[in-house]
Amino acid sequence: MADRNGGYNSGGVNVETTVLGADEIILNMGPQHPSTHGVLRVKLRLDGEKVVGSECVIGYLHRGVEKIAEHRSYQQFAPYVDRMDYVAAVSNGLGYCEAVEKLMNVEAPPRARVIRTILTELQRIASHLFWLGTHALDIGALTPLFYCLREREEILKIFEKYCGARLTTHAFRIGGLQYEAYDELEKDVERFCRDFDKRVDEYEALLTENRIWVGRTKGIGILKAEDAIAMGVTGPVLRASGVQWDIRKAMPYAAYDQYEFTIPTGKNGDTYDRYLVRLEEMRQSRKICLQAIENIPAGPILGKVGKVLKPPPGEVYHSIEAPKGELGYYIVSDGTTQPYRVRIRPPSLINLEALDQMIRGHLVADVVAVIGTLDIVLGEVDR
Amino acid sequence: MNAIIPYIWPVVFALVIVAVLPLIAGYIVLVERKVMADMQVRLGPMRVGPHGLLQPIADAVKLLLKEDIIPESADRLVFWGAPLISVTAAMLALAALPIGPFFQIADLNIGLLYILGVSSLGIFGIVLGGWASNSHYSLLGALRSAAQLVSYETSAGMAIVGALLLAGTLSTRGIVQAQSDIGVWFIFAAPIGFFIYLVASIAETNRAPFDMPEAESELVAGYMTEYSGFRWALYFLAEYTNMVVVASIAATLFLGGWMRPFANTRLFNFLDYFPLLLMLWIAGYCFRRTPKQPVPVQKMFMAAVGLLCLVLAAVFTIPVIAPAGSLLAAAKPGIHGAFWFLFKVAAYIYVFMWLRFTFPRYRFDQLMRLGWQFLVPLSIVNVMSIGISLTLHRQLNWPNLVAFPVGIAITLAAGAYLLATGEKHEQTRVGEDENAEVDSREEETPVNAV
Amino acid sequence: MLFNEVMFYVFGVMAVVSAILVVTRRNAVQSAIFLVTALLATAGIFLNLNAEFLFIVQVILYAGGIMVLFVFVIMLVNLDVALHQVQFNRQWFVALIISAVLAAQVVAAIAVSRHTLYTLAPAAPETLEPNTERVAFYLFHTYMLPFELASILLLVAMVGAVVMAKKRV
Repeated sequence: MADRNGGYNSGGVNVETTVLGADEIILNMGPQHPSTHGVLRVKLRLDGEKVVGSECVIGYLHRGVEKIAEHRSYQQFAPYVDRMDYVAAVSNGLGYCEAVEKLMNVEAPPRARVIRTILTELQRIASHLFWLGTHALDIGALTPLFYCLREREEILKIFEKYCGARLTTHAFRIGGLQYEAYDELEKDVERFCRDFDKRVDEYEALLTENRIWVGRTKGIGILKAEDAIAMGVTGPVLRASGVQWDIRKAMPYAAYDQYEFTIPTGKNGDTYDRYLVRLEEMRQSRKICLQAIENIPAGPILGKVGKVLKPPPGEVYHSIEAPKGELGYYIVSDGTTQPYRVRIRPPSLINLEALDQMIRGHLVADVVAVIGTLDIVLGEVDR
Repeated sequence: MNAIIPYIWPVVFALVIVAVLPLIAGYIVLVERKVMADMQVRLGPMRVGPHGLLQPIADAVKLLLKEDIIPESADRLVFWGAPLISVTAAMLALAALPIGPFFQIADLNIGLLYILGVSSLGIFGIVLGGWASNSHYSLLGALRSAAQLVSYETSAGMAIVGALLLAGTLSTRGIVQAQSDIGVWFIFAAPIGFFIYLVASIAETNRAPFDMPEAESELVAGYMTEYSGFRWALYFLAEYTNMVVVASIAATLFLGGWMRPFANTRLFNFLDYFPLLLMLWIAGYCFRRTPKQPVPVQKMFMAAVGLLCLVLAAVFTIPVIAPAGSLLAAAKPGIHGAFWFLFKVAAYIYVFMWLRFTFPRYRFDQLMRLGWQFLVPLSIVNVMSIGISLTLHRQLNWPNLVAFPVGIAITLAAGAYLLATGEKHEQTRVGEDENAEVDSREEETPVNAV
Repeated sequence: MLFNEVMFYVFGVMAVVSAILVVTRRNAVQSAIFLVTALLATAGIFLNLNAEFLFIVQVILYAGGIMVLFVFVIMLVNLDVALHQVQFNRQWFVALIISAVLAAQVVAAIAVSRHTLYTLAPAAPETLEPNTERVAFYLFHTYMLPFELASILLLVAMVGAVVMAKKRV
């Protein structure tokens, strides 16, 4: 069947071509809907208020990042990846830099790797904080958003001090770091971590035991472990379904093998479990940061890379555990200064595919909750 | 001529209330934004006037000057009239409220019923406005809103019946008098009735966590989606007036109306100086902040607010220290009654705001279940247990302190039972839903195959 | 007295005009609105007669309760279809006869009672007050049994409605 929507069809039900039942209506949510987190458009087939089918229409934010890569040198392309998941730009940059390093067979020096780890974990906390605030706002709790942004602000300040940018940081360079860590970095990170545990407790006090919150999230949007694996869902969404899969442990990169942390998992795979998993992940990230600032090795920050990068012909796939899930870069080099092809595996897009299955049989109000719990960023979905 | 005289004072009061109410509603909005900001570690409006004190006026001017948009396919007449219905109903309800022993437009013998009846007419404004807009979001919002109002009016009404049993009259003035006579506010005699009324009144005014009709993450702005400018402002006015109305009912019925706390105990007479202290505190804050204002005009404004508070402090204090029997001392019940009444109303509205910024939103079905399966049965049990208490007290001469706890215990037990069974019910429901989900998925498969 | 008379005519005209509009408006929602105003005008007449309790019951039950449900249902049905249908005014002959009979009854009633109509003394105010208490007294004391029977009848109807509406009990 002809699909006008760029061949993307989540869950297999094409709303336009199905015959509607007598009581069914189609509701278009988005792309200008306040709680579709940007420009996601979801076509819902409703029986009363119950969702019987859905289809995501994406691409409103498509910028052709992968195509741009073919016309930029390796270094020039690095800032572009920041614009994909703009809530977690540091993680995007880390994945890209490490992929190119792997392609060129160089390694970042230990000092660079530890600083990378610190910044990436801070970014994970910032991303989760932003998720928590907006998710709670979708479900109607106004206040957590401001608390979360207050803490996120501290992290952004650290980024700003480190590299001058707050959102699209472009913090790393291929082969290591461009900037030396500023003098107070350890102190700033430590100050942030010292208070942060109490702050998470504060969010928990507002939400975790709250009857309304539990009622709105428990049993909503259940994703079973086998379904999650079959659909390639990764990140906190997968872990909340009970699968203990985290690339930081499974295939350690940066300096993660040096630190102790646990991978929180959920049991039921519902919205409430995903909430708990992300909260615990924030705590674990804090733990990693604290361990990392204890001992930042001295030494150079940039490995042996030339001014002009010419990786040998070949291909590489490298993935990291971004805040939203597995962020993978597949790069093909033809031996010139520009990549022949870059393919990005964005966790948001793959996780979004589970949406249809998760919202079937729920009410419209739950769709908002489930979109929130998937923690998608449309910049990354559409690239 | 004689026929007109009894109408003069009520008409003057009515005019004052109608004229001042939009201003009060505007300032409630400002207070709400300030409270919200305070809870969310922000400052809130700070630009228009010192500490944003002129913000409501700026907002009102903006709304009045906005283009009045009527959707082309709307039913013009109904669209035009619906907000008026809401505002009129809300304002009519104010007529029977006793703001102190002297300030009341009409002391009706059916006072409370009148307030309930008239404010229930406000539903028409919502339903018709949503219908006339000719938009899906508006209609859905209006239907949800109306369903919610009707459901929660039931339990609110039953909670009120409980308190009315205690008072034995429908007259608002008589209710306050009854609380004065038995010596305790009805909140202590029927705490669960108060709780039910609190929840139901939040739901009735469509505020979070029951703000379904305007759940902006789902239905944009509910029945108000297509409204703009002045008409939208009228809906807003109606909403905030309704808040004042339900808060006033609660204050009259459960919190002793215009009475000071411990009004009958001489030991607590020092509480007469509480208004003075409050005003002095506000004035002190204003004067402390005056030098910090950026512009001379704002400095003057801030100082003027401080001075106004000092004048109010004097107004509140002079009747207390005036020699007994003088005219000034005779004004004390009126002035202090108004203060305490408004203070209680303000406290009640503050609770509304506090809850709004703390809780997430209920889902529509959860809200309906809470209303019908928990609050309505509980309120019926509440009425019966108050009846039992009163029988024990009046027929069998049990002391107050024994009779009322018995009733409260009965209601609490019923509430616990309802909660327990409700949770069990919810669990089975989730199970059903899962089955339904599987069913629907099985139905989908052939469609896919096609 | 003048005031009362003026109010009576105001409410009376309101009630009659809205009642006419109820049956002549094509739009069902507008009809419903005028039905509400007719009911409210009737309530106003009750108030004019010092029957406060009756007034508020009229407002709460009819205007605030039943009519809200009416409007609710009207909105949920598809109005556009009804709007384009021919109104069922074909039996105007039958309607005319019935109206004539009703009018004759009213005229006859007035004619028969024309001597007593204005000679009936108004009830003394103290026999009306306190209004609510008197209604309550008659309902729960004098006419306790019929009242309870009526409420049981209503309860039966309610239970029946629930049973019929629910798929599985």
